[in-house]
Amino acid sequence: MSDLKMKGTPCRRYRVVHETSYGYQSVVTLSQQYVHMTPRSFLYQQTELHAIWSDPVEDNGVERTDYFGNSTKHIVITAPHNKLLVHAESTVVLAARYDLEQIKRTLPWETLRDAMPQDQDPAALDACRYLYASPHVVCSAGLEDYARISYTQRRPLLDAALDLTHRIFDDFDFDDTATEISTPLEQVLKGRRGVCQDFAHLMIGCLRSLGLPIRYVSGYILTHPPEGEARMIGADASHAWVSVFCPSLGWIDFDPTNRCLVQCDHITLGWGRDFSDVTPMRGIVLGGGEQVLDVRVTVTPMMLTTP
Amino acid sequence: MDKLLADYHAAPACFNEMLVANNQPRAHWRTMLDGLAQEAPEVMHQRLEFVQQQVRENGVTYNVYGDAMGQQRPWDLNVLPMIIPQNEWAEIESAVVQRATLLNRVLGDVYGEQSLVQEGLLPPALIHGHAGFLRPCHGIKHPDDVALHFYAVDLARAPNGRWWVVADRTQAPSGAGYALENRTIIGRTFPDLLRDLRVKPLAGFFNTMRESLVHWGSGCAAQGNDNSLLRDSELPLIVLLTPGRYNETYYEQAYLARYLGLPLVEGGDLTVRNGIVWLKSLSGLQRVHVIMRRVDDDFCDPLELRADSALGVAGLTEAARCGNVLIANSLGSNLLESGALLGFLPALSRRLLGESLQMPSVATWWCGEPAALEEVIDKLDHLVIKPTFPQLRLPIVFGQDLKGSARKAFINDLRSNPSNYVAQELVKLSQAPVWNPGQAGGLSARAIGLRVYACATPNGYVVMPGGLTRVATGSDARIITMQRGGGSKDTWVQSSAHADALSTLKRTITSRDLIRDDTHLSSRVAENLFWFGRHTERCDNIVRLLRAALGVLFTIEPESRSDEWPTLVKLCMWFHIIKSEPLVLDKFSGQSQEQETKQNQSQSLLRRQGVSLTDEQIETILLRSAVSPEVPGLAKQRQQLYKTAGNLQDRFSIDNWCALNRMVQLEADNNHKLTQSEAMSLLDEAAASIMTLSGFALDGMTRDLGWRFLSMGRRLERLQFQSLVLQRALAMHSNSRLDWLLELSDSAVTYRARYRAQPEWLPVLDLLLLDESNPRSIVFQLDGIVQSLNKIKRSYGAFGDKQLATLKEEVFSLVPDTDFYCGNARLIDLLSRIQIASEEISESISVQFFSYTGNQPIKQQTA
Repeated sequence: MSDLKMKGTPCRRYRVVHETSYGYQSVVTLSQQYVHMTPRSFLYQQTELHAIWSDPVEDNGVERTDYFGNSTKHIVITAPHNKLLVHAESTVVLAARYDLEQIKRTLPWETLRDAMPQDQDPAALDACRYLYASPHVVCSAGLEDYARISYTQRRPLLDAALDLTHRIFDDFDFDDTATEISTPLEQVLKGRRGVCQDFAHLMIGCLRSLGLPIRYVSGYILTHPPEGEARMIGADASHAWVSVFCPSLGWIDFDPTNRCLVQCDHITLGWGRDFSDVTPMRGIVLGGGEQVLDVRVTVTPMMLTTP
Repeated sequence: MDKLLADYHAAPACFNEMLVANNQPRAHWRTMLDGLAQEAPEVMHQRLEFVQQQVRENGVTYNVYGDAMGQQRPWDLNVLPMIIPQNEWAEIESAVVQRATLLNRVLGDVYGEQSLVQEGLLPPALIHGHAGFLRPCHGIKHPDDVALHFYAVDLARAPNGRWWVVADRTQAPSGAGYALENRTIIGRTFPDLLRDLRVKPLAGFFNTMRESLVHWGSGCAAQGNDNSLLRDSELPLIVLLTPGRYNETYYEQAYLARYLGLPLVEGGDLTVRNGIVWLKSLSGLQRVHVIMRRVDDDFCDPLELRADSALGVAGLTEAARCGNVLIANSLGSNLLESGALLGFLPALSRRLLGESLQMPSVATWWCGEPAALEEVIDKLDHLVIKPTFPQLRLPIVFGQDLKGSARKAFINDLRSNPSNYVAQELVKLSQAPVWNPGQAGGLSARAIGLRVYACATPNGYVVMPGGLTRVATGSDARIITMQRGGGSKDTWVQSSAHADALSTLKRTITSRDLIRDDTHLSSRVAENLFWFGRHTERCDNIVRLLRAALGVLFTIEPESRSDEWPTLVKLCMWFHIIKSEPLVLDKFSGQSQEQETKQNQSQSLLRRQGVSLTDEQIETILLRSAVSPEVPGLAKQRQQLYKTAGNLQDRFSIDNWCALNRMVQLEADNNHKLTQSEAMSLLDEAAASIMTLSGFALDGMTRDLGWRFLSMGRRLERLQFQSLVLQRALAMHSNSRLDWLLELSDSAVTYRARYRAQPEWLPVLDLLLLDESNPRSIVFQLDGIVQSLNKIKRSYGAFGDKQLATLKEEVFSLVPDTDFYCGNARLIDLLSRIQIASEEISESISVQFFSYTGNQPIKQQTA
């Protein structure tokens, strides 16, 4: 699906700085990094400025678009080094999304489920990419059972999704010591704790077990909230949430980690079937020994009126 | 003829490959059967023996995962070939070409436009729900739009005589090398018949395949920056990427690499820098243009594909995307192996080729379609159910085996996850004759399946005129897999009277192309060759040591032994054959007074050296160390040698392998206590077989860079051993025996021929230290190593040779009259320095050549 230029009314402008640094015990002689750190431009977001640089400087950096339409970059460094810094900096403008009121009246979820496999409509065919199990997401009876509490008979599609978003927030504890990226979904479901990736994967597993398309979204949320508002969970790092397909409204984003319908605080990097498709930075180094990783993300609101 | 067929009972209602009704042979079997009926029974026995011997000696194996009998199982090859007449083959050939062409087009569409999904000809689930659909590989362009370079198809013959497709192999089809090996062996078993029946040769197919890869590889070579381009008429570098020696078909991979003349590489031998693939060779990085892969595609690149893969090359996907390397088959081709596709192929063929499919697939239903699901549940008894997607790792289930609650549970599962299952009609496999193994001989009927191979050329697909016939264990088998113990047959395709023309791309080698050195030697191979040299020598040293020590034990009475006995025992301790910590003495009963006194004398000699073992104990230990791989000694060392050799399969000639396999098979029964004469003859045989191996190294291998590493390994090991032995000898009492020293150094014959007298210190030391013509002497080793280091120095710079050259000068400056006496401390010191130097050189060779290429740990990160 080709991305449309941003249509809606601009509502916020942000500057995002995402710094990833590795310290190595011994010298690295070859480092290859594959990054998904360029904010995607689409209906609800326009990337105005963007730059990625590294220290040491890359020999070669190739920018491409992946299968899901996200911008990627390959960074190759052959200068021997003990430290690696990858700095990504962007300015994005967000547009207003559908609000709670607007998403209330949608088709019953079963209608979409039954139409999915046969539908030859381009948007539905595109949604098929996000309909099946993927490396980090299994489909299972356990996940379906959990989902069914929200997906009751003939309940409107997005109303059910919002309810599931709420339930995940209520039933699960945010705990960054409980899981790793390799922790199986079944274990997250049983242990009832995890981080934003786990909750996103969990919700994805629920919908796909029901036969509904849903994508994983990688991005950021506002680090310093406006005065008087509570700080969001998952700030200071990259964040993850989900996007649910609705034939009439398009893709609608929900954030189970923050119990909300996504509005104007979420900056999208890209989307895929799960974390493995849009890992912000994935790399292979030769040498290095033990390593220390430090990730810093700063999201700052900017004036909307001056470009 | 009747006698031959007495046991031949083909299962009813199956197609009989050999006979028609009333036991009349089919025309293409008549020549073979007449021949068998007329010849004496011994002839067939000889053939069977020959086949078995060839399989054993060539080391043809098939690795079975989790096999208790050890990793390697001998290849099961039946002596009788499968014969296919020309007209029948023409149909198979044409159908296979069509199918390969079709599948290639489907692959191109799935990884490109995906119009087949948009048109409703392919259900989206078969692509988007398939882990074999590698998303990062979408959009990669292939030269001439060929993504499927090598294709295999499993065929079965239905009762009506028609061939049907059971499965497509599109990932990295195995078995073509085994087919080639089968022909090599069976061709020699029936040389006349091969000619009389006009059996088509296989070699042309492999040439065509290589030439096509060269053609496309040259195209890839034109990509990338200028300094890595090929010179005029220089060939692109093609490598065969293997998952390693534990893979089930590793033997075949090594065989093919050797046959095609390609370096056999592992993921760690390759590296990607800025979109170009390089081979880490001794002379630095060399650009690779084509990778024939036997590694599953999702394991090929830990950077973009499976992050947990240790078999791949980081950055390979990006290199393929840049068009800098041709990967055959293309990454992502595994997708086509899904049985769910079979049912859609007829429509795809009409759409993409405008033709109907020439050879039908065995009736197959993808349960993801509601109508198909009901039909499958309806006729479950006649179906075999397979997983749609390999990543599901579900077992293959036969409907007729499902009873009661298991059946209910399975149907439930089918209904709740229908897309995960493919159902296929059970095939009644055709029956072909095998020769009975026993004394009686004669023919039996077995179910067979045929795997046929095709390769892409710029002018379309070409089919290998032959294939791998796989034989089930019984006549009514439902499925044939090599993993479950099936056998194989050579496959004879008859040609028509006129010669067949293969479309080949001709290339002529000019004098500019001549290659005189081993430019593609990878560091890993060099390291293995070096250690192969060392292990061979170490085996030889241990054999000689055991022979010398047992010789003393068996032939010299304890009271007549002197210092040489404890010296030999100490040398055994140096090799850990005898443990150095004193053992508790057992009480020996039933020995005469005299025996005990003798024992005591011998023991007291040892006790002075800190060893408290009886002769019997030492004998037991030495005999065990000759045959048991569980303790340090010959058997264990031989296993080490064999293991190292296993990493070098593609470097050795078949004859060399035979010698190696024969040596390993010498191993005697582990539990049986050897008699004196058995032990000595076992050691003699071992010594002889090591000699044969050395002979191959000396005469049979090209003296390229690889050979230098092998030779240096041997010489360094020998130098270390000889200088150790001489040090120990010089420390003995001056009236000790010296014949053992000559035996250990394999110099007894020379000594006897020259001096015709009992060994004495001066001439013995001269022979073992200074004699440049003695291949066991110290100077001979020093000379050889320095020469090799000089040769290597020309290409790779100097290291460590100065140290040895100085020592060599010192040895040359020795004066026999004044220096060659027992107990000479200066000499002992020199030998000790030589021993240390040889260890240091070995170390620095490792550092210089084997660690450079970064066998350092590779780390994945995600952030």
